[in-house]
Amino acid sequence: MVWQAETRQAPLTPPEEPALDDKLRRQIRAMFKQYPTKRAVLLPALHRIQQQHRCLSPQALAEVAELLELSPAEVMDTASFYDMYSTTPRGRHVIGVCESLSCELCGGGELLTALRDKLGVEPGQTTADGKFTLITMQCLGACDFAPAVLIDETLYKCVTTEQLDEILGALD
Amino acid sequence: MEFEPVLTRNLGVPNIGDLKVYQSRGGYEALRQALASPRNELKQTVKDSGLRGRGGAGFFAGVKWDFLPADHPGPFYLVVNFDESEPGTFKDRYLCDIDPHQILEGVIVTAYINRIDTAYIFIRGEFHHQAEVLQRTIKQAYKEGLLGKNILSSDYSLECVLHRGAGAYICGEETGMLEALEGKRGWPRLKPPYPAVAGAFGQPTVINNVETLCCVPPIIQRGADWFKSMGTKKSTGPKLYGISGHVNRPGVVELPLGVPCRELIEKHAGGVRDSKRCKGVIPGGVSMGVLTRDELDCPLDFEGPPRYGCMGLGTAGVIVMDEDTCMVTALRNIVRFFAHESCGQCTGCREGSGWMLQILNRLLGGQGRGRDLELLLDLADAQGMAPGKTICGLSDGTAWAARTFINKYRSEFEAKVSTRDRVAV
Repeated sequence: MVWQAETRQAPLTPPEEPALDDKLRRQIRAMFKQYPTKRAVLLPALHRIQQQHRCLSPQALAEVAELLELSPAEVMDTASFYDMYSTTPRGRHVIGVCESLSCELCGGGELLTALRDKLGVEPGQTTADGKFTLITMQCLGACDFAPAVLIDETLYKCVTTEQLDEILGALD
Repeated sequence: MEFEPVLTRNLGVPNIGDLKVYQSRGGYEALRQALASPRNELKQTVKDSGLRGRGGAGFFAGVKWDFLPADHPGPFYLVVNFDESEPGTFKDRYLCDIDPHQILEGVIVTAYINRIDTAYIFIRGEFHHQAEVLQRTIKQAYKEGLLGKNILSSDYSLECVLHRGAGAYICGEETGMLEALEGKRGWPRLKPPYPAVAGAFGQPTVINNVETLCCVPPIIQRGADWFKSMGTKKSTGPKLYGISGHVNRPGVVELPLGVPCRELIEKHAGGVRDSKRCKGVIPGGVSMGVLTRDELDCPLDFEGPPRYGCMGLGTAGVIVMDEDTCMVTALRNIVRFFAHESCGQCTGCREGSGWMLQILNRLLGGQGRGRDLELLLDLADAQGMAPGKTICGLSDGTAWAARTFINKYRSEFEAKVSTRDRVAV
């Protein structure tokens, strides 16, 4: 019968290595006491996983679901909503150009064009060597330093196109 | 009378992030004083001060606290709105940069007044540095007995947790924030019930903006009358104004509420840069609408901008545009932001903002059609909470921006309609 779908998909073979190592699991469990529900740990847990793995793999999402006693679909539901989480691998450095009005007024657009040319990628894409992912970001809350660029976790203020070579060159 | 800074009183003090330095400047004295006073008196003082929320809506903080059910056994939660994401707004980040302990003192005093068990500071994910600073500040406070069990040997205990968002403007909407805190997508909830009755984890919850909370300790220490001596009759106290865009000195400046827009730009931001003329000013984050250069006498308090057709003071994040700015491009930028940040629950916002973006792209691409301006205004009217068409106020931002930009700079928009399609009326 059509609703008996269990035979339609081959069972997932569990991977030999879990995606989340013991340390990460301990860190996630340690946050349980800060909230009345386990689900509330989801955002901080995803932040930690992404920081370590640079993306959220399906296996990692399934494992965090198990840790938090959620279904993988619930975890995916949350993870897919937020801009900062990526389910596809990103480059070693993520370059986020602020697109807000203040930054646009102060030359954010020119900055984005220059980065496109320099890196040879469009926003959302990663360079062939896997070093840089270029993205556009909504307001970074740094309008007093427009145009602003967020590279990984560091804010670059009042960036000019002339500074780009130096900034990119300093990243390994 | 010379204005004496309140929220920026510790600006430039070396190592002010260090607890000892903050205490040497009178830090946590308000907390000591609060812990020795009855909660009702403290709440009454805040109510008498007329303190209004600094996050955008301008609702009276003390009145908001009153909605907490008195007979509830607990727990009560405080969620601190540090999800500052409205384009043009950076005042809370600035507060954290110049004086992080001030934020924490505001949190603890407010939590004490409202019998809060746990305070969650919801900080936007992109503020990596500020999250680190606050985490350190919280740790220091725990170590010194300012957080945790029996604060300063009183019988009051409070837990404080820093919770990072993950890049969604909608989480600045208070119920969207609660959903994100609970580990879900940041979809605003239908109200009622309001968070004061059923908020975080279904429990009564107070949600206040960072700057609002920072006003509380000085009010406790110096009284409601002192606070009311600043600002206007209905908009009391000091306010942080963030100024960005085409000005010589972008930044944050603290002034009494009600400063005229022109004075803010000319006197406190060094005027429009490159000696150009001003063309338009967004008074309080891009959702509030726009003031033309003839409307710069507008006082920047909670009552001022609505008199000039804007939604309100918002976050007081002022964006200045010079005479060379294309207002159609500026509106496109704003609409693109809202189209991107729509959470997708309500059709008018989800589809409407996307359509508006398409139309604006068409206008800028030289393909504008005769009816496009009316269509834009129709779409703006089909969304927003003010006429009751969406769950939350996000798309009010799209609507007010579109309405004010198109109505106030109509000829500029009309000029973008393709000549082939221009109809003589």
